Amino acid sequence: MKRFISRIAATTAVSLVFGVTGIGSALAVEKGGILNFVVAGETPSYDAHRETTYAAVHPYAPFYSVLIRVNPKNPQSPTDIVCDLCKGKWKVADEGKTYTFKIRDDVKFHDGTPLTAKDIVATFNKIIFPPEGVPSARKTFFKMVESVSAPDDYTVVFKLKFPSGAFLPAVAAPYNYVYSKKDLDTHGYNWHTDHINGTGPFIFVQHQPGAFVEGKKNPNYHHKGQPYLDGFKAIIAKKMSVRIQAIRGNRAAIEFRGFPPKARDDLVAALGDKVTVQESDWNCVLIATPNHKRKPFDDARVRRALSLGMDRWGGSAYLSRIAIVKTVGGVVFPNHPLAANKQELQQLAGYWPDLEKSRAEAKKLLAEAGASNLTVDYNNRDVDQPYKVVSTWLIDQWTKIGVTTKQTVRPTPAFYATLRKSHEYDVSIDFNCQSIVNPIADVSKYLCGAGNNYSQCEDPKLGEMYDNLLRTGDVKGQRAIIRQYERRALDEQAHEIITLWWYKINPHRSYVKGWKIAPSHYLNQQLDNVWLDKKLM
Amino acid sequence: MYAYVVKRLFLMIPTLFGAALLVFFLMRLLPGDPCEIRMAGTGQYADPEAIAICQKDLGLDKPRIVQFGGFIGGYFTGDLGVSMWTHQPIAYEIGLRFKLSLQLAIMTTMVAVALALPLGIISAVKQDTWIDYAVRTFSIAGIAIPSFWLGIMIILGLLIVTQAWLGEGWMPPINYVSPFKDPWGNFTQLIWPAVATGYRYSAVATRMTRSAMLEVLREDYIRTARAKGLVEKLIINRHALKNALLPVVTLIAIEFAFLIGGLVVTEQVFNLNGLGKLFVDAVGNQDFTLVQQLVMLVVLIFVATNLVVDVLYAWLDPRIRYA
Repeated sequence: MKRFISRIAATTAVSLVFGVTGIGSALAVEKGGILNFVVAGETPSYDAHRETTYAAVHPYAPFYSVLIRVNPKNPQSPTDIVCDLCKGKWKVADEGKTYTFKIRDDVKFHDGTPLTAKDIVATFNKIIFPPEGVPSARKTFFKMVESVSAPDDYTVVFKLKFPSGAFLPAVAAPYNYVYSKKDLDTHGYNWHTDHINGTGPFIFVQHQPGAFVEGKKNPNYHHKGQPYLDGFKAIIAKKMSVRIQAIRGNRAAIEFRGFPPKARDDLVAALGDKVTVQESDWNCVLIATPNHKRKPFDDARVRRALSLGMDRWGGSAYLSRIAIVKTVGGVVFPNHPLAANKQELQQLAGYWPDLEKSRAEAKKLLAEAGASNLTVDYNNRDVDQPYKVVSTWLIDQWTKIGVTTKQTVRPTPAFYATLRKSHEYDVSIDFNCQSIVNPIADVSKYLCGAGNNYSQCEDPKLGEMYDNLLRTGDVKGQRAIIRQYERRALDEQAHEIITLWWYKINPHRSYVKGWKIAPSHYLNQQLDNVWLDKKLM
Repeated sequence: MYAYVVKRLFLMIPTLFGAALLVFFLMRLLPGDPCEIRMAGTGQYADPEAIAICQKDLGLDKPRIVQFGGFIGGYFTGDLGVSMWTHQPIAYEIGLRFKLSLQLAIMTTMVAVALALPLGIISAVKQDTWIDYAVRTFSIAGIAIPSFWLGIMIILGLLIVTQAWLGEGWMPPINYVSPFKDPWGNFTQLIWPAVATGYRYSAVATRMTRSAMLEVLREDYIRTARAKGLVEKLIINRHALKNALLPVVTLIAIEFAFLIGGLVVTEQVFNLNGLGKLFVDAVGNQDFTLVQQLVMLVVLIFVATNLVVDVLYAWLDPRIRYA
């Protein structure tokens, strides 16, 4: 047992140091080979501008380029954004209201058409200002954008209505595949739902629905010398047991989304040093959402009590051994400069270091609200990780303050219908899972009236704080506003109750090199820097 | 005989219509729709405008009766429509997976028959001996063990054994291997799910074969054959088995129809891109049009199989024709 634990510790530690810091990339890169990876989902269409699933990213991001992206050499940093189709560093002028990008002149689409600034303008116009009837899943992330234009063939200018810290991360989102203007003009705005013509490191070969997506190396890729692989095959495998066994049986080398701790331990136990584990905080947070339209959850004291009843610090230690959660955090992704540090967190109700004091306060608040024998009708999603596992813990936590929970576990469609439409619950499990770390956009989840806030809360004051945040250009000012916003959303009003942030665990075959874990399963998926170490295959 | 077949063919129409009515409205009773799942299922911001556009594109904003009219009209004119999830023609989605499901159903049936017939016969012939008890235990275990569990155990067993012997774990391919391109690869992929499912299927057929054989072996004509001094092997093979097979054939035919679209969990466990997996995905995605057509396909297969069995019965036993 000791040997087993030390083996896991060693493998994980090695990967955390070498994999994430990039020391591993000092090895000589080997070219060639096909990367087989498993992906749990299948996107309804290839057009990532309209889709929200990561299944529109893992098999398809390698076919496309984006204007800017999270640095593939340093994807752990939530602020390190670099050019992909642009060159050098973009210029910011007009007090943060004008962004100018110089575009590379050596880029060609897979059909041979040279890329110009007009393609980028057409792409962002489709995303930000889509014609009527054309869906764009993230156009609201670009509320600050007034116009996108191309003064010449190799310059793109974004004019903003107001300076905003949310702009650059929104542009760097991995969904913003650059399409050819010619394709959009010739074939229309729906053509990309079932056709692919990008400028990415790989060229689309085939997609067999329900089975796999295949790509081959793009010899004209603009990042010279890349990609290293000859191609890839994204194998669709919806059952987690298949994906784990596929890595164990070497039918696939990697799965980019993440496995629970038990799967990591099993793979390490079975494969030893043939498997490498990369781990990271994950830009997803699991939330308990109280229904403000139901009594007594319209009372902030009751909601605060539910938050105060939780032992987040203790829960982090033991839940991280069985579930894909770990980090205690507030509204912002824990590793971001705008996130609350431990000291700041411990000021918030439910994050206090003294658990006894916290639970005594919870009981007192429930008594004051006349809800001492509270029973919670709890809506849960019929998915183990992390919903059912963490909810079991949560229900147990609430018993410590005298709250009884009646849980209804629903399959995903019914769960969403309850959460979003019928609102037949007192408290529901919910989550905020985003791609690029963009705190100013991500925290809109807690905004009453936001499209993905299902608490039915009303709080104009919180809305005002958010408007200020959106219009504040400097980081110090943003940080101060976010602290106020966080205190109001999680403590004073407890509109939402954060449990724990997710934790991403990627065990993969050790011969996969160059890929570095990011804080989101949507990021760093173009695979241009991935290579296979033949000696280890 | 022709009149009987024609009458049965006409009877298929109300059966199919009833099934269509049921599946259409039952699907609409489920909470949610494909656009909700597509736009809001990832925890990201769900733009209500994008959801509305999606619902309009899929025709979900139209009255239910109009949607049903489109579905039933298309079905009876051979237009299966498009998937609400992938926008691909449903005929293409089904066609892509049908050959795998058919091959798996055939292999499963072969495994089941290969196990069930000899075991059922031997169990009947050696009634109440240790052989009979062993066969009955084997078949009861087959009924009791879920095939998905057996599938998982088979994969894990293969991984553990091959790792111990060869130093590297081996498992069946997780992508379909065409029998025309790589017959051996195809066999190594499909034999394991065929065994996992065929074992359960054989267990039912073994018990049926045993019961039918026991019944026939007690018939007067068998006693007469024995009294005539015929060899036991000849009595079993020529006289008893043929007559005992009628209910077994019915069972095998109906189970075969079930296997075409019913290997829902086994296909998931072995990651086989067949109709069962498509069914699960379609239900999970609330892909109404695809679920409807898959249910109609299964209903059609069952109705057609029943028709074939009934016609066979009528051909074998003229009394049924005139009843």
